[in-house]
Amino acid sequence: MNIKKAWPIAVAVVALIAAPAAHANPFEKRLANGMRVIVKEDHRAPTAVHMVWYRAGAMDEKDGYSGVAHVLEHMMFKGTQKVKGGEFNRIVAEVGGRDNAFTSLDYTAYFQIVPKAALPKMMALEADRMANLRLTPNDFASELKVVMEERRQRTEDNPQALVWEALNATAYRAHPYRRPVIGWMDDLEHMTWQDARDWYRRWYEPNNAFLLVVGDVEHEEVFREAARTYGRIKPHALPVRKPQNEPVQIGIKRVTVKAPARLPYIAMAWKVPRLTDVEHDREPYALEVLAGVLDGSDAARLSKSLVRTQKIAQSAGAGYDGVVRGESLFVLDGQPAEGHTVAELEAALKAELKRIADEGVTADELERVKTQVVAAEVYKRDSMMAQAMEIGRFEASGFNWRDYDKLLEKLRSVTAGEVQAVAKKYFGDGSDDRLTVAVLDPQPLDESQPKEKSGVAVRH
Amino acid sequence: MRLLLAALVMALSFAAQAGVKIEHWVAPSGARVYFIESHDLPILDVEVDFPAGSAYDPAGKAGLAGLTAGLLEDGAGDLDEEAISSRLVDIGAMLNGQAGDDRAGVTLRTLAYPKERDAALALLQLILGKPTFPEAVVAREKTRSIAAIQEADTRPDAIAAKRFAAAIYPDHPYGISATTDSVERIGRDDLVAFHRDHYAAPTAVVSIIGDVTRGEAEAIAQSLTAALPAGQPEAPLPEVKLPKAETIKVAHPAAQSHIAIGLPAVRRGDPDYFALLVGNYTLGGGGFVSRLTKEVREKRGFAYSVYSYFAPRKLEGPFQIGLQTRRDQAGAALKVADDVLARFIKEGPTAAELAAAKQNLINGLGLRIDSNAKLLGYLSTIGFFGLPLTYLDDFPARVEAVTARQVREAFARHVKSENLVTVIVAGD
Repeated sequence: MNIKKAWPIAVAVVALIAAPAAHANPFEKRLANGMRVIVKEDHRAPTAVHMVWYRAGAMDEKDGYSGVAHVLEHMMFKGTQKVKGGEFNRIVAEVGGRDNAFTSLDYTAYFQIVPKAALPKMMALEADRMANLRLTPNDFASELKVVMEERRQRTEDNPQALVWEALNATAYRAHPYRRPVIGWMDDLEHMTWQDARDWYRRWYEPNNAFLLVVGDVEHEEVFREAARTYGRIKPHALPVRKPQNEPVQIGIKRVTVKAPARLPYIAMAWKVPRLTDVEHDREPYALEVLAGVLDGSDAARLSKSLVRTQKIAQSAGAGYDGVVRGESLFVLDGQPAEGHTVAELEAALKAELKRIADEGVTADELERVKTQVVAAEVYKRDSMMAQAMEIGRFEASGFNWRDYDKLLEKLRSVTAGEVQAVAKKYFGDGSDDRLTVAVLDPQPLDESQPKEKSGVAVRH
Repeated sequence: MRLLLAALVMALSFAAQAGVKIEHWVAPSGARVYFIESHDLPILDVEVDFPAGSAYDPAGKAGLAGLTAGLLEDGAGDLDEEAISSRLVDIGAMLNGQAGDDRAGVTLRTLAYPKERDAALALLQLILGKPTFPEAVVAREKTRSIAAIQEADTRPDAIAAKRFAAAIYPDHPYGISATTDSVERIGRDDLVAFHRDHYAAPTAVVSIIGDVTRGEAEAIAQSLTAALPAGQPEAPLPEVKLPKAETIKVAHPAAQSHIAIGLPAVRRGDPDYFALLVGNYTLGGGGFVSRLTKEVREKRGFAYSVYSYFAPRKLEGPFQIGLQTRRDQAGAALKVADDVLARFIKEGPTAAELAAAKQNLINGLGLRIDSNAKLLGYLSTIGFFGLPLTYLDDFPARVEAVTARQVREAFARHVKSENLVTVIVAGD
């Protein structure tokens, strides 16, 4: 019954996704300097999303310089030789727009969402700061304090974030994913404005970036404007990127984080393959579906079994992201319910994986995951930013947007047998050797003992 | 100059094409209905709200409104929670029940193909009209709710938010947060009674946007509300009394102080609202370009996040400044924020700031309504609080009409220093 129900959606959505493709939307052009321009026309509202993505993220940093990709992202708002500090923000605000930027392990991206008439202005400003950023020691010193506050807010005072930081730092010994995007506090304390400048000179090149515009625009006009702005920037040779592959893990790793909290928390991560070949890979799609069966919806297994039926978890989740430049982890996490321990929850989470390895998944569950994938694609059409993020993340992770529909098609082709096979292979006997477990050991709030994690007062 | 001209042209062109057509009628059930027809995408969004937010929690049972809204989908008619969630998931629909301060209700997003749409709406109808609140589910969710409260009570941001609400709303439901004790006292009968009394057709507000016709929307609104309980006449909330200025310090071991400054300030539909909105843009609402961000973050590096906002409610909703800063510099950061506020109240925006605020708010309106999801937010707010149907069309003119003097006078009326409360969690 469920399978039949899901079919009309799948068919309709294939039509919806396929329709724009017939009109070659999105459109792509490569500028003479190597910068790619991707335009997706969406004429529902007189808005344009303008994004520039650099293929430089925290994974490209070196030890001692953690956080520099993100600090430079902050510095990009401090002005250029032509445009005063804060002026870019002011102009975006004046046209009624919204702007910001984000840094991840894999990339750094800048965006403005503006009424479409303001798009050429945004392109001129963004191209200007790609080439002409003005970095001063004073601006740097002040902004570095802001970034340290950001670290305190996001990580130091957030027990679960501390657990994730510890999990990554433990799971990886060699691969740069072991360093947090925001940077270690000690590295921030010793960062200089020249470090940020060097990062900018090394990676902020048109041949290391792509432009993405989604909105009520004509693609030929965007291409012309891109040639006039970004097209004038000279490309430079990029540094060599070493693979830094993680050696095979040969035994379970455990780490504990103590922080003020009430409930314990556990996060478990297994090393699993990432997506490398959209056409020929199978396991990454099966892992994605497995994560969906466990935690893809309200009806998924972890909530149903651990939270609602057995009541041993306050919350429980699963996640897998195979679309990355680096390496992939398959993660289970959760908080034990009152009266239960993290050890019990760890066993219960593992038991859910074992159940799938032993018994497989039902046709209903499989269909449900695929229905979610399909529905999410339709709902994404309601948001230009969501469409831009979909293309941008895929591209920045080293894939081509033309393969995105193929990825969806491949996800829909996963069989129950394939899901069971990856569950057996990656979470069956011996899989503990590739497992890292991080646990939050909650501490009472001792109000007389302010914590000083960094131990050093900021001197910059 | 070229920029200014461009902005004006954009404002004009927007006004010409804004034309968000909101249709409104009263269903035979008595429910008020608000509808935007939009056939661009095969999506339907529906929100059904009631005056059933936490402000209506009975004395000693704070948390009841939230539990009631949250448990609607955990059993209804003959269906248990597993049947409901799997049916929703099978058709790709998303349904969420939640309670705010004034209103509570359910939002539904579904594909608009007839089969999926009809199945999703049938579930929504059942959930709204015939929730069963199974005893075992109530017990489990009470336990989870208590655990979440206890966890939140360890977090500096949550502690600051609760203390701030309690301090600016003494002796008022807006100031009361759920506690372990208040949730313990709630029984299944309370949920049943709260639903019976507050989820009534005459007070229901149905908001619909998406790929259906007016005729279909009429039928949907009626079918969703026809079987709702008759309810109780809405009991008026007590009046909000302004607090006396004070500073409250809460010890906590966090690395950062969490600081909140504010007071109860403005009701939905207040004639001063646009002056406050425009003024607050300059003070702390305008992101990177606001005075608070410039002084606290850009000039001194005291904070990553600093902001101010007015959150109008049925009765006087809060005005709040918020910031987080390293604990040993809390005093210095607070002084900067206080000074920025005091000076703004005294002098108001400069002519240039006023113009910049208007440009952003007017030119940016198009971005705030460029998706069905965003429009639904406006639609349900207009409906629930009885704002004019022309609210979005009038928005540019209302903003444009605000003068610097009106901003000063509105702030003088609504943000009086003798009523400003400051809460500092984890300050040295």
